[in-house]
Amino acid sequence: MSGPSDYQPSNPALQWIERRLPIFGLIHSSFVAYPTPRNLNYWWTFGAILSFMLAIQILTGVVLAMHYTPNADLAFKSVELIVRDVNYGWLLRNMHAVGASMFFVAVYVHMFRGLYYGSYKEPREVLWILGVIIYLLMMATGFMGYVLPWGQMSFWGATVITNLFSAVPYVGESIVTLLWGGYAVGNPTLNRFFSLHYLLPFVIAGVVVLHVWALHVAGQNNPDGVEPKTEKDTVPFTPHATIKDMFGVACFMLLYAWFIFYMPNYLGDADNYIPANPGVTPPHIVPEWYYLPFYAILRSIPDKLAGVIAMFGAIIILCFLPWLDSAKTKSSKYRPLAKQFFWIFVAVCILLGYLGAQPPEGIYVIAGRILTFCYFAYFLIVLPLLARIEKPRPVPNSISDAVLAKTGSRSTPMVSTAIVLALAGSLFAGSVDSAKASEGGDKPPGNKWSFAGPFGTFDRGALQRGLKVYKEVCASCHGLSYVAFRNLAEPGGPGYSVAQAAAFASEYKVKDGPNDAGDMFERAGRAADYFPSPFPNEQAARAANGGAAPPDLSLITKARSYKRGFPWFIFDAFTQYQEQGPDYVAALLQGYEDKVPEGVTIPEGSYYNKYFPGHAIKMPKPISDGQVTYDDGSPTTVAQYAKDVTTFLMWTAEPHMEARKRLGFQVFAFLIIFVGLMYFTKKKVWASSH
Amino acid sequence: MNPDASTIAAGAPIEVDLSPIAEGQDIKVFWRGKPIYISHRTKKQIDEARAVNVASLPDPQADDARVKSGHEQWLVVIGICTHLGCIPIAHEGSYDGFFCPCHGSVYDTSGRIRQGPAPTNLVVPPYQFVSDTKIQIG
Repeated sequence: MSGPSDYQPSNPALQWIERRLPIFGLIHSSFVAYPTPRNLNYWWTFGAILSFMLAIQILTGVVLAMHYTPNADLAFKSVELIVRDVNYGWLLRNMHAVGASMFFVAVYVHMFRGLYYGSYKEPREVLWILGVIIYLLMMATGFMGYVLPWGQMSFWGATVITNLFSAVPYVGESIVTLLWGGYAVGNPTLNRFFSLHYLLPFVIAGVVVLHVWALHVAGQNNPDGVEPKTEKDTVPFTPHATIKDMFGVACFMLLYAWFIFYMPNYLGDADNYIPANPGVTPPHIVPEWYYLPFYAILRSIPDKLAGVIAMFGAIIILCFLPWLDSAKTKSSKYRPLAKQFFWIFVAVCILLGYLGAQPPEGIYVIAGRILTFCYFAYFLIVLPLLARIEKPRPVPNSISDAVLAKTGSRSTPMVSTAIVLALAGSLFAGSVDSAKASEGGDKPPGNKWSFAGPFGTFDRGALQRGLKVYKEVCASCHGLSYVAFRNLAEPGGPGYSVAQAAAFASEYKVKDGPNDAGDMFERAGRAADYFPSPFPNEQAARAANGGAAPPDLSLITKARSYKRGFPWFIFDAFTQYQEQGPDYVAALLQGYEDKVPEGVTIPEGSYYNKYFPGHAIKMPKPISDGQVTYDDGSPTTVAQYAKDVTTFLMWTAEPHMEARKRLGFQVFAFLIIFVGLMYFTKKKVWASSH
Repeated sequence: MNPDASTIAAGAPIEVDLSPIAEGQDIKVFWRGKPIYISHRTKKQIDEARAVNVASLPDPQADDARVKSGHEQWLVVIGICTHLGCIPIAHEGSYDGFFCPCHGSVYDTSGRIRQGPAPTNLVVPPYQFVSDTKIQIG
């Protein structure tokens, strides 16, 4: 993209095209012959990683949109059907949802890299500003995408974020009505968000083209911050940068696959497995982890308008960075003070992210205010001041000098950066977890589940017993509306045959119709039918149960969680612990106590449960010893019932879990070999250049 | 991108019968997709709302400006926190009024903001009494 190319393809057909549209020359000069500084480190591979992530998001998103229904009544269900019934739908959805998080991981690394090495300085100001625009577009796209599953957090996140605009003086209310297309967040809102969520990624792709164009005009910055002077300072993009980028992408894919296959819900919020309910606000509204620092800034300002201005200002200020930091030396490598302040700034951002997930009270508010001040002070006080008072170390004459000087001594900052960033990632991600509500309930004890861990599978016996417990006990109040009888015969499930599943279905009466006379009628269930719900609608369920509707159990083990707290959520990312939901459900079933502890008052019609948030639960003790008979000789105790029915409900929440973990192992085996191959190829290619 | 005709039509006024609401109770009805709290306040709650020094409030407004005269026991407010739109919980918080679980705003028995980040009182929707036991919202 930098000037005309003298590249001529050798193939006559390509020559014919090239004379009419010099596209091969463009590709050749941009991605093959393009000179890239020879001292780039691995932080520079994140540009390629981001392009890869954008492509993945667009590809998976287009396919997901083929199966998704943007309607407030159907959206939640359609997402569940994608996960349950579409071929590899669970994989598509996990790739897309985790992909959004990974996209942001990569973009934050990319931005901090730019900040550290001064990549925003002359002549790269426009390049930097285009990057900030991409980042803003990404945030808008990510937010609107999160609304689409139409769970509780989707709905209330949309409510809170659109209400930010009501802070605008005079026209605020009209702007909000315009965003909603109604008087509250509702179906019109979902429709327009879907439309924009489909559009914006292509806008991002367009701005990325401009970003890359600007990059290829100004040339890449590099860790030493001196511009390439001679041919010795650069290497051709292909094969050097290409192979290095591919190695970087492959390593990143390992991280990506870890979450897709083993911890798909770690980065999300359990509340989003509860369908949106405009009448009930979740106890904590927490945005996705990548917005948390800005959410913390919003909340630490006591005035509404000022809070909104500060939040947007925190991003917009990045646009002015090239002029706020007027230091001549680009790379912080040669700026002893700037380097230290940079790491303090990274810590400030991480802590702000942590605070964004905490309830806005007490010490958290004060800490939030101090850190918000630090955030802005870095840009408005520290950087302008440093440019005037700091005495930078001498910069090498040229890139090749820098490379020669460095040979032999691998720089230690790489290690410390890696540690800080690993900490950053896990702290950020996990802070979502820690915000999940479960106040006033005891911590459920951990259990040994057969389905836990990277090779976990469901215990068939437990699934079959659990189904029996559900059918004989739970089903009188709780629905299982996303599970069809045919699922019972599917691989990875309770292991019934197709005939057994059909026989099981035929014991149920299912409403069908209308027939030729226009009447509804009842018939025996078929394998394709879903478990009938005990109540016709939520209101009936509420009325019959003293005001508290028994929740549908299809997703209950994914829709419930409890606070893990610091530092457990960090360890969880490595140990793959994600059984908070099952632990909670199993504990709840065993948590009834007749003797109410002192200081706890239980209202009339409620029961004391040790693990229920607030302790007062409307559901009476559901099961007692010996209530359900087991044919296989398992003990008929409450503990065993709880374990079996929880296992069964884990399967109903994720029927393809075994396929997910199995495919995960294959993907990991492949990726590790691929990464190895890439590494040695890269070493070979670069052998002559180091 | 403004609301379409059907959305506007669905937002027409609604009538609510107040007779089943006992003293000290409240109900939640939906109008224009917004939850509206109708509270039948007790004598104590009314007195609490009236005893405050109005000038000391963050958004000064007297209780009798927020209810219809002759119907002081009825408080009708839109149950949407004026901070960022969450739904406050009735009968909670240190002022016996409403408490918003999202960012901790506390409203009193007149729906006035007393504590927390919300800038203004809970909004009183347009409504009038069509009879002693029936109101029309909208």
